[in-house]
Amino acid sequence: MNQQLVDPLRPEDKRAAASIVDCDVHITARSAVDLYPWLPARWREHVETIGAHVRSGVYNQEPHPRMMARGMRADAYPEEGGPAGCSLPLLQRQHLDPNGIQFGMLIALGRGIFEERNQAFAAALSTAINNWQLEKWVDPEPRLMPAIIVPQEDAEVAVAEIERCAADTRFKQILISPKSLEPLGRKRYWPIYAAAERAGLPLAFHPAAIGGGHFSSGAGSPTYYLEEHNTFGTITQAVLTSLIFEGVFERFPGLKVVAVEGGFTWAPMLGWRMDKYWSRLRAEVPHVTRPPSEYLRSHIWFTTQPMEETRKQAHLRDVIDWLGWDRLMFSSDYPHWDFDDPRYAFKMPLSDEERRKVFHANAKVLYGLP
Amino acid sequence: MKIPFKGAVDCDLHLSAPRMSALLPYMDEYWSDQFSNRHIDRFAFTMSSDNPILPLQWRPDWKAGADEPGSELDRLRSRALDQFGSSIGIVNVIHGAIALYHGDMAAAILRAVNDWTADKVLSQESRLRGSILVSLQDPALAVAEIERLAGNPGFVQVLLPVIGELTIGRRIYWPVFEAASRAGLPICLHAGSLNRHAPTGVGWPSYYVEDYVSQSAGFEASLVSLLAEGVFQKFPDLTFVLAESGVTWMPSFQWRQDKMWLGVRTELPWIDRMPREIIRERVRLTLQPFDAPPDAAIVERLLDHLGSDEMLLFSTDYPHWHFDGDDVVPDGFPTDLLRKIAIDNPHATYGRLRQGGEATKSLEVTA
Amino acid sequence: MIRHIVAKTAEIPAGTHRIVDVSGRQVGVFNVNGEFFALLNRCPHGGAELCKGAVTALVQPSGVGQYAVSRKGEFLRCPWHGWEFEIRSGQSYCDPARIKARKIDVAVERGEELVKGPYVAESYDVTVEDDYVVLSL
Repeated sequence: MNQQLVDPLRPEDKRAAASIVDCDVHITARSAVDLYPWLPARWREHVETIGAHVRSGVYNQEPHPRMMARGMRADAYPEEGGPAGCSLPLLQRQHLDPNGIQFGMLIALGRGIFEERNQAFAAALSTAINNWQLEKWVDPEPRLMPAIIVPQEDAEVAVAEIERCAADTRFKQILISPKSLEPLGRKRYWPIYAAAERAGLPLAFHPAAIGGGHFSSGAGSPTYYLEEHNTFGTITQAVLTSLIFEGVFERFPGLKVVAVEGGFTWAPMLGWRMDKYWSRLRAEVPHVTRPPSEYLRSHIWFTTQPMEETRKQAHLRDVIDWLGWDRLMFSSDYPHWDFDDPRYAFKMPLSDEERRKVFHANAKVLYGLP
Repeated sequence: MKIPFKGAVDCDLHLSAPRMSALLPYMDEYWSDQFSNRHIDRFAFTMSSDNPILPLQWRPDWKAGADEPGSELDRLRSRALDQFGSSIGIVNVIHGAIALYHGDMAAAILRAVNDWTADKVLSQESRLRGSILVSLQDPALAVAEIERLAGNPGFVQVLLPVIGELTIGRRIYWPVFEAASRAGLPICLHAGSLNRHAPTGVGWPSYYVEDYVSQSAGFEASLVSLLAEGVFQKFPDLTFVLAESGVTWMPSFQWRQDKMWLGVRTELPWIDRMPREIIRERVRLTLQPFDAPPDAAIVERLLDHLGSDEMLLFSTDYPHWHFDGDDVVPDGFPTDLLRKIAIDNPHATYGRLRQGGEATKSLEVTA
Repeated sequence: MIRHIVAKTAEIPAGTHRIVDVSGRQVGVFNVNGEFFALLNRCPHGGAELCKGAVTALVQPSGVGQYAVSRKGEFLRCPWHGWEFEIRSGQSYCDPARIKARKIDVAVERGEELVKGPYVAESYDVTVEDDYVVLSL
């Protein structure tokens, strides 16, 4: 197809820019000092004298360095300094206001909780960040909907934090890094799922830079960022596979999972693939009573960014038809480098009904938003 | 659906790895002493990812009873080659020695496996072609093995597991690719893992069924590695055959790589055109297993997504259990495409098949 | 089509660019080694303010593991997804046939010609002794 992707002189599509729910908005603290009001003295001292301890050979840098501005939109750094995503006024001016974002689901990355090996420190950081989100972001900007950050490798502490935060109904989901120590279907994580189900909160899986010490590709460690980026998809596949075959959805039938930034065009293939192998190896997993694709279809939601840009529009439409239009939710990934502007994210025309579902209705139903 | 004509090239079928006792005659005194003294010869070298008791490793009606007469090769002849009317079959003998850490020991066993394949398989059945199985533990030994067998036209490719120790495109492995390229042999990356590390980016799954599902991610990782490392540019005559990959992960993978390349090109300036163009030219996929529902309309769409009629190679994956009866081709494949994938594409992929009768003749001489 | 005088040539020296507002549309005006080019300040891919991206050289197609740059200052890298555009043509480097940034016609005119009109001078007092960058939009 030989066509301009975006007609720069065409009036902007106003229909897209109305009451959007953006399911992936990143915020970060300017520095750990921002969190001091919510960190006990013991952990403030830890920040100063010990610091972060992560599973990476290089400190405070990704071992697969990002391409653009450390993985950020080059225009999203605040003029007054600090990392992209640390300024509420810039988020409002650059994204929420001009792009018609009615609700932004917060994914607070950047302080290394997912990566932190000291579990007590990770727990203290989680609590601090949850409080910081409310006071610094959600109180002044009620369009923002926070996710509960938890020290996921210590399920007991994670459950306590979920229960503490869930009392505040502004928390709409629980954030989990798919790059865990063990596949997330394993029983050590089940208390978290029980707590999520009790609280009626979905789990959001969002890729983190540093993982649980496994080669990110499953077939050796990638050399280049192109390869590392591809693992966002395959890691999400591995997590969903684990949840399904460990029987998590049998045990927690009310559990809902949002796969954020992991891609979605592979999902139909994964369902067919799981069904095929399940049909041959059912004896190994008798606790999986339904074809795996049914759990995929009924428990998992997907976010759009980074939007797949197929050469033929019909191909993307096929995939979403197979996935289900009720399972896909718009996300921008602001302020990351591969941000999708809601006006231009889809390179194909959508019907009003499709647009309604993807840009807000699916998310409003899932998260119980007005 | 059945394959409606004779003369197909079956690009992936299997014989069990020979017992060590059958390999000892192909080994020198040092290694045969080591294997018998250490009782290494008393156990089968089966890959964990190829566990033969799993239901999908043997289709029930292809599994021989204890008292069934004839050899495994006899059964392969009648049930795979005769039954599907194949004129040629590429047999992949996967031996667990590829998972050994001791590179010299692995090489000694694999030399014997390859010689056994030439002797007991290829020279016994003129329709069969073989794969040179090598370990990458010491790439220099893999190069030596490829060079040792390059003169035998019965071997048509070099065989590696898709999930090894390092990502497959790494420069440390390039001498192996160079040797294969020099010999005119494609590299076949076959489903399977050495289990050197967790087969997923999130750790070790509990179940075999998860290991199988995760293989397609292993193919993604290996292919993006070959692409990113510039293997396709460095070895312009080398084709990669992905065997038992599941196939339908490929369209989504191509969309992702095309989009990413536009943003990350400057990290990889040797990639000089859209990744999908490179992939469609240089990568081939065996047909079975084909991850799709039994729905001809969906299969037709998936073939359109794949975007090339040159990438698929007919295979039964005998004796693995992916389909029942003779319905080796998913419903929805047009007949003219079938002819391409069963005959034209294999002949285009495997230069040594084009030598036709010559190969068979030389084989008889070798035997 | 209206011709807009947007700058004196001396205000955009070689190797620099500026973003100008022309009847509500933002346009990046680039001086590449003494030649002027203009692109609409919107990426044809995702709508970013393209001309706020970095002006770069071309990372040349190369052998594996070899890195070389040429044509310094002739390319523009989108500040979001990093797509590269040739400033001269507006074409995407990776996919030139399909993806183009919107090019705006640009000319350099002598002040003595311009004072005869008819031009939209924006905020410029045109003087006969200077050269001006003129966009047609």
